[in-house]
Amino acid sequence: METLVASGIGILTAAGVYLLMRRRTFPVVIGLSLLSYAVNLFLFATGRLVVDRPPIVGASAAPVDPLPQALVLTAIVISFGMTALIVVLSLRGFLESGSDRVDMSSPEDDAAGVDPSFAEERR
Amino acid sequence: MNQWLIAPAVLPALTASVLVLALRHSLAAQRTVSLGATALLVAIAAGLFWVARAGEPMPYLLGDWPAPFGIVLVVDRLSTTMLLLAAVLALFVLVYAVNGWDARGRHFHALFHFQLLGINGAFLTGDIFNLFVFFEVMLIASYGLMLHGGGARRLKAGFQYVTVNLIGSVVFLFAVGLIYAVTGTLNMADLAVKVPQVQAGDRALLSAGAALLLGVFVLKASLVPLHWWLPIAYAAAPAPAAALFAILTKVGAYSIIRVFGLVLGGEDGGISTLAGSLLVPAAIVTLAVGALGTLASRNLLDLVCFAVVASMGTLLIPLGLFRSDALGGGLYYLLHSTVIAAALFLLVDLVAERRGRLGDALRPGPMRQQPLLAGLFLVAAVALVGMPPLSGFVGKLLILESSRAAGQGAAVWGAILVSSLVLLAAFARSGSLLFWKSPPSERAPAQGAGAVPVLCLAGLLALTVLLSVFAGPVMAELGAVAEQAGDREGYVRAVLGSVSGARSGAS
Repeated sequence: METLVASGIGILTAAGVYLLMRRRTFPVVIGLSLLSYAVNLFLFATGRLVVDRPPIVGASAAPVDPLPQALVLTAIVISFGMTALIVVLSLRGFLESGSDRVDMSSPEDDAAGVDPSFAEERR
Repeated sequence: MNQWLIAPAVLPALTASVLVLALRHSLAAQRTVSLGATALLVAIAAGLFWVARAGEPMPYLLGDWPAPFGIVLVVDRLSTTMLLLAAVLALFVLVYAVNGWDARGRHFHALFHFQLLGINGAFLTGDIFNLFVFFEVMLIASYGLMLHGGGARRLKAGFQYVTVNLIGSVVFLFAVGLIYAVTGTLNMADLAVKVPQVQAGDRALLSAGAALLLGVFVLKASLVPLHWWLPIAYAAAPAPAAALFAILTKVGAYSIIRVFGLVLGGEDGGISTLAGSLLVPAAIVTLAVGALGTLASRNLLDLVCFAVVASMGTLLIPLGLFRSDALGGGLYYLLHSTVIAAALFLLVDLVAERRGRLGDALRPGPMRQQPLLAGLFLVAAVALVGMPPLSGFVGKLLILESSRAAGQGAAVWGAILVSSLVLLAAFARSGSLLFWKSPPSERAPAQGAGAVPVLCLAGLLALTVLLSVFAGPVMAELGAVAEQAGDREGYVRAVLGSVSGARSGAS
């Protein structure tokens, strides 16, 4: 189980980091979501991986640490709100500037014929 | 338990809620409440500063849970100093914003107070995960403030700023998870006790967590190589927001003092040494990058942004030494650089407004009220560059003095002195272009706000003058603050009380 969880976190993080390097806002937003999933799993694992032991004193002989679960809940709420914010932000940015590139290029760069980054991605 | 200890967090939270729920339709009412609450905050911060002078750090147990189990706020001299600085800065910035900026978008005042909630909470908290939560509160509000007024350029810059900070938040969570997995606690005082007891096999994990945490704080403090977001974000932010953001980078610096100087310092000081060996070289490079950036700037706003980067480099040099005598000078420079950065952001706004279409571009052109602004620019530039007799000079002198004994003394001296010369050249060039070569003209844009914005700027500059005139008493005070900030035993005793006594007796 350790291998499975560890490689799951690793793959999520790697995919998230790769997507963050992209030039357009949509992959970046997806990358941020993947990273936050990875960190939620990671926080959960800091309470040690055990099966069938509820975090309630008295309900099991050796209850697991409940604190990581509380931390994960807080982290989930925050990352949910942040994802909603950045989706709105990238949408507004796209609607106002006419381009969904992450860098500070002006819309003229896109309007003047083929956008170099777009041509590159197509290739 | 003194209930006033939590007031700096509760007051902005309540104010913001009232502003956004009850008063959202009346700007005049919002302004009154917002100004009143901020003035009250200054009074509370000053009161707490006075109370904290008396002695030991004071813990505030939320829900009255005993210390390592519940969340605890800690009020000590360092946190009250930062609270007072934030409150005073906020009052000046708010008075400036009330003269028009707050009407350019909705909910400025509510966001402003949520921002203060995050900042004050980060200064107060004694729990690392709670620090993360207050960082997030602070950042969410700063996203709103930065986008205040809208516009395509601001949205693009905002997207970058939000993305960078969200990555920072994820890394913060990884760091917190690692530290919790190794030590089993997130309470700062409890961590200070547990970190030296960590077994040798787990040391590497703990150091990895600490290094990640350092990365996050350094990102907030905009240190090389994580500095590039600052000139873009601050240049796109509205002027009052940028002026308030001057304290945001200092939250990163404060967290470094608190977490790496006090909590993770440990008996062998292994993690502090690691952090210091990374911080001081990075700070020196930051200073160089910021100074070169000012030379390359084509408008006044970029110039100020890079000067802020350079000042963060200067500030992080004494903090990276992790010695309480160096910390005193560092705190003095922190006060100075926060006030002067805010003043410069307001000045850029005033200059741009008085030049109309030319804005803040570094080209000669007509300007209204030129002699007045030229005088204010001169004072601000002298203070920021670090020329005598203003506070920048005193601050840099203190930093040079304290780093003389350190191993990197030569590099620090060289970096600070040469970068001061470069900054002097950059500010002299821009000042002569903006104020000297351009004659005051009737063709300058005629519409204008009242005298209050200029008075705000003059007030902030008067603060730096006061900092210079009363450098002696201020330094005596800050020396005691630094002394207490490095006193690990006193902090642990105050927060954990008898619990830690029993535990260290058992171990």
